[in-house]
Amino acid sequence: MTRPIKLSCRNVWKLYGANADQLLHKSPSPTDAEIRAAGVIGAVRDASIDIADGEIFVIMGLSGSGKSTLVRCLARLIESSRGQVLFEGSDLLQASDREMIEIRRHKMGMVFQHFALLPHLTVLQNIIFPLTVQGVGAQETNTRGREVLELVGLTGREDYYPRELSGGQQQRVGIARSLVTEPDLWFLDEPFSALDPLIRREMQDEFLRLQARLHKTIVFITHDFDEAVRLADRIAVMKDGEIIQVATPQELLLRPATDYVAEFTRHIPRDKVLTVGALVDANLTGSGAAIMADARVADVAERIIAADTAVPVADVDGRIVGAVDRVAVARVLFGTGSAT
Amino acid sequence: MTQRVANRHAFSVNGGAVRWLTPRRAMTLGLIALTLVLGKYGGDLAKALDMRWLVKFPSAWTVPFKSQITVAMKWLVEDAHVGPLAFTDLTRAIAWLIEQPYQFMVSFLAKGFWAGQGAAATEILPAASWIAVIVAVIALGHYCRDWGLATLAGGCFLYLAAFGQWDSAMVTLASVAIAVPIGAGGGLLVGIWAYRHPVGERILSPMLDLMQTVPVFAYLVPILFMFGFGPVSALIATIIYATPPMIRVTTLALKGVDPEIVDFGRMAGTTPRQLIWRVLVPSAAKSIMIGVNQVIMLTLNMVIIASMIGAGGLGFDVLAALRRLDIGAGFEAGLAIVVLAIAVDRISQAFAQQAGQAPTVPAGQGWIRRHRRMVLVLVVLVVAWLLGRLVPALKDYPEAQTLTTGAFWSEVVRYLNINYFDSFEAIKVAFLTWFMLPVKQMALGIPWPWAIAMLVLLGWRAGGARLAVLCGTLSGLILLAGLWPKAMITVYLCGASVILATVIGVPLGVVAALSRRGGQVIGVVIDTLQTLPSFVYLIPVVMLFRVGDFTAMVAIVLYALAPAVRYAAHGVRNVSQDLIEAGTVSGCSKWQLLRLIRLPMALPEILLGINQTIMLALSMLVITALVGTRDLGQEVYIALTKADTGRGLVAGLAIAFIAIIADRLVSAAARGARIRFGLESPS
Repeated sequence: MTRPIKLSCRNVWKLYGANADQLLHKSPSPTDAEIRAAGVIGAVRDASIDIADGEIFVIMGLSGSGKSTLVRCLARLIESSRGQVLFEGSDLLQASDREMIEIRRHKMGMVFQHFALLPHLTVLQNIIFPLTVQGVGAQETNTRGREVLELVGLTGREDYYPRELSGGQQQRVGIARSLVTEPDLWFLDEPFSALDPLIRREMQDEFLRLQARLHKTIVFITHDFDEAVRLADRIAVMKDGEIIQVATPQELLLRPATDYVAEFTRHIPRDKVLTVGALVDANLTGSGAAIMADARVADVAERIIAADTAVPVADVDGRIVGAVDRVAVARVLFGTGSAT
Repeated sequence: MTQRVANRHAFSVNGGAVRWLTPRRAMTLGLIALTLVLGKYGGDLAKALDMRWLVKFPSAWTVPFKSQITVAMKWLVEDAHVGPLAFTDLTRAIAWLIEQPYQFMVSFLAKGFWAGQGAAATEILPAASWIAVIVAVIALGHYCRDWGLATLAGGCFLYLAAFGQWDSAMVTLASVAIAVPIGAGGGLLVGIWAYRHPVGERILSPMLDLMQTVPVFAYLVPILFMFGFGPVSALIATIIYATPPMIRVTTLALKGVDPEIVDFGRMAGTTPRQLIWRVLVPSAAKSIMIGVNQVIMLTLNMVIIASMIGAGGLGFDVLAALRRLDIGAGFEAGLAIVVLAIAVDRISQAFAQQAGQAPTVPAGQGWIRRHRRMVLVLVVLVVAWLLGRLVPALKDYPEAQTLTTGAFWSEVVRYLNINYFDSFEAIKVAFLTWFMLPVKQMALGIPWPWAIAMLVLLGWRAGGARLAVLCGTLSGLILLAGLWPKAMITVYLCGASVILATVIGVPLGVVAALSRRGGQVIGVVIDTLQTLPSFVYLIPVVMLFRVGDFTAMVAIVLYALAPAVRYAAHGVRNVSQDLIEAGTVSGCSKWQLLRLIRLPMALPEILLGINQTIMLALSMLVITALVGTRDLGQEVYIALTKADTGRGLVAGLAIAFIAIIADRLVSAAARGARIRFGLESPS
């Protein structure tokens, strides 16, 4: 990661319960036993992450794992019990109410699981709401509103009310609304979980297309490991309020930190996640045109299997780093043994 | 709890079958039996033991709350001041603020605008023509829903004109038009405040409990002291009476807003004020409008009571007719209130439903096209004003055309009384001898130490130590105030009415839930009953049964019946379909389904309905003081006629305490039942 860090959190804790503050005062990082003994709930426990500029960072966990609480601590919708949240280098938790409003108005956007559209406003009015509360003039809000509306493909629906739209369309409105202020940091809290599987897939593609254009720094929450793997640059897996592993999808697959993570990765189609680079055998020499090390196995599998010999693999700079043969690919495709 | 379960388990194992008479049940039954026996023979027992104080609380032990409050009130009105600003200046300022819009409204709707004083006064502008008002109401009905509602509302107002109730009705409407915005607006603001400051809510909640349970009569006297006799006092009393539900509904509605919407509002960078007014309030608009509808209905409910301290209009007509026992006139004016209430209620309900939806007006057209109805109403108003000078019938409904049914009603009552007097009398006597008198003697016979002990025990069993303390304290205060016998008469009258209302209401509710056609018929009847102001119930009952406890009971039952039916129907209807199917598959007959599944599962809801019934019964109790009961309600009423602040407030608070005890006990029982059935988690 050479890109600068946009958002990071250091040892963030969020405990719920009557004795929460007391407990943290007594022992700054309480153990499981201490938490249980104090009768408090550890929604987020000692979370530390760094999110780079322009990265899609996915926080993955099942319900109750604390992922929603963590993202709300990052956005300071919930006050952390302890810890630091650094946004562009300054501590968000020290910001005054006024400063927080300014930051949210200009630098953050958020998309919600159940869309959170205001029922009494039209699509366009919903989208420009963040600008209206800033007091931006009617002319400008309208232009901006129509721009983002076009971006999410809802032109022509300006005067509809949210309840007249399908779930997918409503979430497009939610996305447009979160982008209207051109934020740097984009939170998406399970944005596609309330949608049907087919629509969900379509929206994921749409999301990747948008990000390819906009290059936001993204914190994406999901409980769906497939979705995480599909979208993420890096994934943080959470369980019981703790982050148990932060890694790229490929690393998660190849080197799961715990059995819990391994359990998630078991049913993931590996060829769609692993890159050729992970299969390269440096001692092998291939023939024919080289394939790129960062190509997904699924995309080049056919070629490798069809080739008579091993196929050479080149890294980003075009240097040949080794070759990959059909046996390695078959292992990935049919899932026998480990990939390496 | 676990201990008990374990016990029960042990029994079923040891005894082979589950024993019906567990020790716990035996003790409960024993206590009930002992209470009944004490009720019957308590007096004799006390006499035999030479301990009369057991049944009759010695007056030497009472605390003179009454006179203390009266003195404090006198000081407040006569001497209290901060610097040069006396307390009375404050009350005068408030009165002035309310009076201005009220005078305008009355002039606009009923009296016309006048310049000058007394006989020299000249009319600048007459009141709005009856035609204009009816057109406005029809337009409003159409705007809020459809032509059906427009016809209903128009018909109601036409009725008011045709039956000669127009002027009074417009005075009443004017006070509604002032009280509702103040009550709803004030309630909204206070509700928002309570939402934003949890501490505020904790302070407010017991105050609202008191405001909703202290009978109106009790605070009429202090209001009279502070604001004098007249429409302003009446408006203030109405507002105090009608606002609490609005506060509750607002706070609840705001809390009910989806947390994601709140998060969104904050992420959009709203200031706290923007968050409230641009995100939360609009999102909760639909629920908040229910509160507004409540304010309107309570305002109309107050119409007659308010006329006791100076409100004119329909309420005054009813009261005056009741006082001179002019049954026909009273009935007509009462009916006019009902008609007005129905029109206003239906319109406001339709408006509330529409509030959450999209405006149907297409944007971009001219102002006149977008506001066709308003333009039409304004045109009719002006035209009627102009032509009214030439054609009086346009200004006021022609008197020659008014209908009256007063004589008819008087005749009906006379006929019924002549021909069926014996039957009515027989019913009345039967109820009195076999039901009411025994209950009354029982209530009065129970020694007060025993009664308080039982209340504490009940509280402890239903809701733990806190509830036990509450029950003990409140009942102890009633005792100390020297109101024990009157309180027991209240309990008896209210208890008898609630028993009767439950016996009638719950089966009706079950029928309504199980049969579609029955449900529709019962629904309409209950809706109508709920729209009627409490006073109206008295009129026909007094006509048939004259004054007395029985009359009071019938009126209370009629007034308090609705929630028993509603909640029972709702509870039975909402029993999970899975359970019904499970029962059917197990081979339950229809009757067994009802007895073994529907009724037990609906029990928590039924209990809540009974709770509401008790609350309504207690609020009706004070009104039935007019027909000569001897309970706390009478005490409040006498205090009103004698303008005795302390006496009224103390008796009023006593009623409130009874209401609060009953409410907490029944709610706790309902909660217990819900927990037992796994419908609610215990924490």
